[in-house]
This record gives sequence, structure tokens and C-alpha cells, in this order.
Amino acid sequence: MEGEAQKATASWESGTLAPVDRLRSVRADSPIPGLVEGTEPGRSLSHYQWDYITDCALILKTAGAGQKSAMFIHAHSFEDLTAEAEEEALRTVDSGRSEEQHEEGLKALVAEQNIDEQHSNDLSDSRTKEEDVSSEAWRSHKKHVFVLSEAGKPIYTRYGTEEALSSTMGVMMALVSFVEAEKNIIRSIHADGCKVVFLTKSPLVLVGVSRTCQSDKEMLRELQYIYYQIVSLLTLTQLNHIFQHKQNYDLRRLLAGSEYLTDNLLIRLERDPGLLLSAVTCLPLASSSRDVVSSSLQAAKSKNLVFSILLAGDRLVTLVRKKDQFLHHIDLHLVFNLVGSSSSFREGEGWTPICLPKFNTAGFFHAHISYLEPASQLCLILVSTDREDFFNMSDCKQKFMERLSKRSAYQALKEAVKCPSYSVAQVGIPELRHFLYKSKSSGLYTSPEFPMVYQSDEEQERLLSLYQELHSCLHHPTRPLRYYYRCRETENLLAQVTSGFELYLCFSPLVTKASAFAAVNKLLKWIRKEEDRLFILSPLTY
Amino acid sequence: MGESLPRVHGGAQQHSDTLRRPVHTLRVKMVLLGSSGVGKSSLALRFSKDEFRSTSPTVGCAYLTQVVHLSNATLRFEIWDTAGQEKYHSVTPLYYRGAHVALLVYDITQRETFVRAQVWLKELEKQYIPGSTVIWLVGNKGDLAHDRQVPLEEGESLASNKGLYFIETSALSGEQVNELLQSVAHRVFECIGAQQGGLTEWQETPTVDLRHKDSFNLFASCCKVGP
Ligand SMILES: Nc1nc2c(ncn2[C@@H]2O[C@H](COP(=O)(O)OP(=O)(O)O)[C@@H](O)[C@H]2O)c(=O)[nH]1
Ligand SMILES: [Mg+2]
Repeated sequence: MEGEAQKATASWESGTLAPVDRLRSVRADSPIPGLVEGTEPGRSLSHYQWDYITDCALILKTAGAGQKSAMFIHAHSFEDLTAEAEEEALRTVDSGRSEEQHEEGLKALVAEQNIDEQHSNDLSDSRTKEEDVSSEAWRSHKKHVFVLSEAGKPIYTRYGTEEALSSTMGVMMALVSFVEAEKNIIRSIHADGCKVVFLTKSPLVLVGVSRTCQSDKEMLRELQYIYYQIVSLLTLTQLNHIFQHKQNYDLRRLLAGSEYLTDNLLIRLERDPGLLLSAVTCLPLASSSRDVVSSSLQAAKSKNLVFSILLAGDRLVTLVRKKDQFLHHIDLHLVFNLVGSSSSFREGEGWTPICLPKFNTAGFFHAHISYLEPASQLCLILVSTDREDFFNMSDCKQKFMERLSKRSAYQALKEAVKCPSYSVAQVGIPELRHFLYKSKSSGLYTSPEFPMVYQSDEEQERLLSLYQELHSCLHHPTRPLRYYYRCRETENLLAQVTSGFELYLCFSPLVTKASAFAAVNKLLKWIRKEEDRLFILSPLTY
Repeated sequence: MGESLPRVHGGAQQHSDTLRRPVHTLRVKMVLLGSSGVGKSSLALRFSKDEFRSTSPTVGCAYLTQVVHLSNATLRFEIWDTAGQEKYHSVTPLYYRGAHVALLVYDITQRETFVRAQVWLKELEKQYIPGSTVIWLVGNKGDLAHDRQVPLEEGESLASNKGLYFIETSALSGEQVNELLQSVAHRVFECIGAQQGGLTEWQETPTVDLRHKDSFNLFASCCKVGP
């Protein structure tokens, strides 16, 4: 078994896109200078004021022009900063930047300021890339996400085009790097109704700008997902290699044609509770049927096959893995996103390199992706370590299909895919409208269909953001809670976390606190009764 | 009633013939190369299902098959539809290595894609073993002639200078698509099929039989390495 695992690793390395010798030299080198994850910040500058950005513009501007006296006039609105730190930061700016950058910076920041002043409540739903970045609609989006390189080159923007935003991104980078120069990390900037959060993941910098009441932690988690999405397309090894050799490389060249994956991931982050809970959900299916599907998949094995994943839309049917190899929920969500976003796998069999960054950021796996039947939602993903394994994977799928189609379980599976998941009424708690239950040990969660009150996309997103608030409270970095109960005009919410599970409940606003708490036990009992249908209780390995 | 008898008999005859001397089915590896968005996937879908629908950009590579019957042989096309995006360039040689047919596709309404097709040709030529690959230059989106940026003559003259075959198609209307596949089939059979070991025979694997499967895989890797 050990020998096999080792071989797998070896061939997996040779399965990377870059030639092996080049890879090795990249790995031997230390990561590029700058902030590396895990570097201890000297001082934490976590809460800046939004006007700090505009101050910085002036600082950058005046530093460039050499009018030192002007800097201090505009540098008063720092909140958590001592005067000393201020001076230090400013000195860095003074010595480090070139004049053009400051000019460009100013222009961009002036634009940013306008965004702040002129924000409107008219939320347009247009997600077109061609959107004018100086328009009202662009400014009023609830959440912006920008990705840039450490040289300040734009890599991705959720709305508008990267070109149009290059000066804005240049300024963001200027902000990040002048704080960084003093061994500090800029984390977030807060202003009235607006929050800017930074995530530096060398060689990328990610910036989120939000008008929602999300916590910094939640926003960081989302930026992290975006980071992993990009790594998943290119590998971190390749990213580092590129920027080591050409600091101002335009990464959009390599991401061209894949932006839609990041766009879709951002939509998922707003709609899919799984990304919030760090869990995935299963297709409800009788355990006898699921076991047949799993064992058919288990039988279709191959030397370099590491994971076999069967999906029904966004729900997991089963997952079989190599012994001792685990698939992280983030990697699984990236696979969900890839399959769910691309209609191209509908034609023929797909074969694509994919990096599963939580497994290993350095190399590619190779995924065979195909639907079981032309119009079916059932999609099989076979992940191999060997890039020449296409025909082996294709055979594995064939074997699986031959086995499965002989069994009645296949019919049961197809029926289950067609049915809606389940309604909350089945639980038998009248005031209960919706819930999320995550089993911590399995990393799986279950939740009923959204009820009538939450049918629209906006209502679902609103409910999700309420759950997110509860989640933030339970997982507060310094004051975590075990229970949280909240009454609102539109609904009452209860959240509970134990060592075994996390539970989020949404009740009608008329429920009493006592009956809400009583409902927890009733719901837990129901879940226990149904668990072999709602969860995968016996995961298999090859 | 009476009439059906000889037919059944004839059918049985044919069947036993098949058993004794299987119909030649030869495997043809065909790769589609070219910029993203020129219509490679749309052409591949026309080849394999004679359908047209818009899908999202290809991720990595897609594999489809289609069988073409010639008078003296049956060809099983194994079509590799590549993504054409820059991030996949380092894996693309995997697909054109050992290909019997390469279609260099460009979009007649985008001159830049015509230039890219020539870059792909250079790439191919690096690996080229004379007589082992039939190369076609394909100007797609012929239905958009009013937006044409690459004149027909320019495609033709590039093809004749480089010794390539040339055609303009429309995956949308289906025009010239079947003609393309038919002439590819004839050419590849003429040029490569006749050579010793030029095309390998395809063996169907009707049931799960591991021994049989292994030999199939041997063929697969042999085909991939190329003649
Ligand atoms: N008008 C027209 N559009 C086409 C044709 N072939 C493909 N398209 C469209 O061009 C776009 C890209 O096609 P696709 O097959 O995905 O290109 P690929 O990236 O080369 O695989 C899609 O929107 C297709 O609908 C064609 O012959 N005529
Ligand atoms: Mg394509």
C-alpha cells in the first residue's frame, strides 16, 4: 500500500503542466520576497477609516511632489495608529514610490472617493463585464472583488473591465505595500456603510469592497475561496514561477476564458450555504441504493485514480477515494463550481488538468468529467494523477456504467434526482421555516427546500446573509458563542454549535423563544431518524 | 411472409461473414487546434452528432467519436477538441502528438485567429513526421461572410504554400462540415491507411473482460505515441 502511494506521488509530479526539471528548481527556491502567509505582523493595523484611502492619495501625491509639510495635515483620521506609526508609514511612502505612480494613484483615489459619496440604493443586477466603471450602476454593486499582482497589475474584477480599473488597483497595491514595508499587514478599512478587506497571498493580492454587514472574517473567507479558484487553474508553483521571472506579467492572459469560474464562485458564495458551512450537501437517497452506487464506483478502479466523485447538480451522490487520501471541502466546492459553470462537459468526455489547492498547491491532477446520460444531472468526475490516463479513466466510467445500469439502484438514483430534496413540513414543527444542519465529523450538511416565503433569489440571499451573521457570532475569533437567538420582524433565528454539529434554524416571527429551543430536540431526533438517507454514512475507499 | 425469408437468410449470412472476417474499423486520431472561440467545439459537435448549440468555453479538452464508412473501410474518428486558451498550451502537445489529422481552425471574421492558426502550424511542424499527419486549414463561421476579415483567397494561398488542405465551413449552418469530414476520411485512408502500421485497428470491448481491456489499452497508448 505504501509503495503504491509513493508511486502515485511520483507520477503525479510528472503530471504537472510544467516540465519536471523546471518545477524542481522552482520548488527549491524560496518564495518571492514580500509577505508570505504566516509571517508575523509587527503591529496590527486592522481598522483604518475609509477616508484613510483619500488621505493616502494626498500622502502619495505630496510625497511624490516632495511637499512634506502637506502630509501631516491630512493624516489625522487614523484610528488605531499611533503618531509614531504614522510617521514611519509616511517615511516609507516618501522613499519608496515613483512619481507617476502617485499621480495615477491620486486619480484613482479621487474616483474611489466619488464612489463613496455618490452611492445609491439602486442595485442593478447587470453583471456585464462591459459596464462603465464610472457609472452609478458599477458603484452601487453590493460587493466588489479585485485581484491584483504584487506589482499592482489588475488580474480580475467582478464588475467592469480590468483595464478601466488599472489605476484603482495600482493604488490598492500602493496601500498594501507601504504598510507592508514596515512589516505590517493591512487588513481592512472601515467607513460608513463600506468595508474594504485585503488578503495578501503572495504573489496575489485580493481586495473585497462590501456594502453589506458581513464581518471581516467572512469577507476574508470569501477572498480565500477566490484565491484558491485561481490557484486551482494554474497551481501556486506556476504562479510563483511566472512572477519570479516577470514581476509585471499580465496574468489575465493565462486566465482568459476562465473568468466566468470566478464570477460564478462569487455568486455561489452568496447563495450556497455549503461554502459558509465548509461542508457539502448530499442527494437524499435510500442508503441501500447509495451503497450500490458507491460499490459500483469502488469496483471501477485504476492504478492512478485518486477520487471518484458522483454529483447530482450541486449535490453529492457519493465519493470514493484512495486510502489515506482526503478531499478538502474547498477543493470539492471548486470541483462543483467547475462542473456547474461549464456546459462544455455535456458534449463528449472532458479531460482537464485541475489543481486541488487544499490537497497540494504545486501540481495538477487530471480530471475525467462526463455526464452519465445526455440530459442527466448526474455527472461523474474521475481524478487521476496521470495526465496520460484518459483512456483508463474512460474505461473506468464504462465499467461503472455497465455495473450500475444492471442494478435497480440506478433507477432509484434517477428518481431521486428528479424529486425535489425534501420539504421542512416533513419535520413536523409548524413554526420552522428552514434550517441548516452540519455534521462536523463528515463535513456534510443537510437542509430542506426553501419554503414559499423565500422563493425569490433576493429572499434566499437575504436568508443566507442572516445565517452568515449567526455563523459569525458563533465563530467569533475572540468571543465564540454556543447559542444565539435573534428575533427580527420578518423571522426569528436560532443557532447552536456543539462538538458534533452546527445548527441554524429559521422560524416564523411568531415563535416563542421556549418553543424555538424545544424545536431543536425535535429536529435533532428527526435528523437522526433520517440520517442514513440524508448523509453518506459509509464512505468507501478503493 | 415468403419474401422476408431470404432477407433473414441474407442477414445471417452477413453475420457469419462478420464473425469470420471482421469489418475493418480503423482508429483515426484527429485534433482540433486554434484560438478560443473560433468554433472548434461547435465543429466537433457537428462531426459527432450533427447538432449545433452554444456552450461555455471548453475546459481542458473534450473527447468525442464518430464513425465514417468508406467503401473499403470504416474509420472511427477519435476527436480531441482542445481549449485553445493559453493556460492549456503546455498540455496541448499531448493531444496533437501522434494525431493522424490536425484541423487548424480560424474564424474568418477575426484576422487574429488566422495569425494564431499559423502559430499552431509552426508548433505542429516541430513535431511533424512527414506523411504521418494530414493537416487541414479550416476557416469557420462562413455564415458571417458580411463580417469577413480573412478573404477566401488568403486562406487558400496559405494552404497551398504550406501544403495543407483547405476548406471554409459553418458549424452554425452545417455547411461544408460533412464534406470536410468525408474528405478528411478519404485523405487519411489514402495517405496513412495504406502505410504499414499507419492506422491501428479498433477493437470493440463489449463486456467487462479485464484481459481484453488490457489489450485495448495497449492499442490506446500505441495510437497516442503515433505511427
Ligand atoms: N455564426 C457562427 N457562430 C459560430 C460558428 N461556430 C461557432 N460559433 C459560435 O462561436 C462561439 C464559440 O464557439 P466554440 O465552438 O465554443 O469555439 P471554440 O472555443 O473554438 O471551441 C459560440 O458562441 C458559437 O455559438 C459558426 O459557424 N458560425
Ligand atoms: Mg471549445
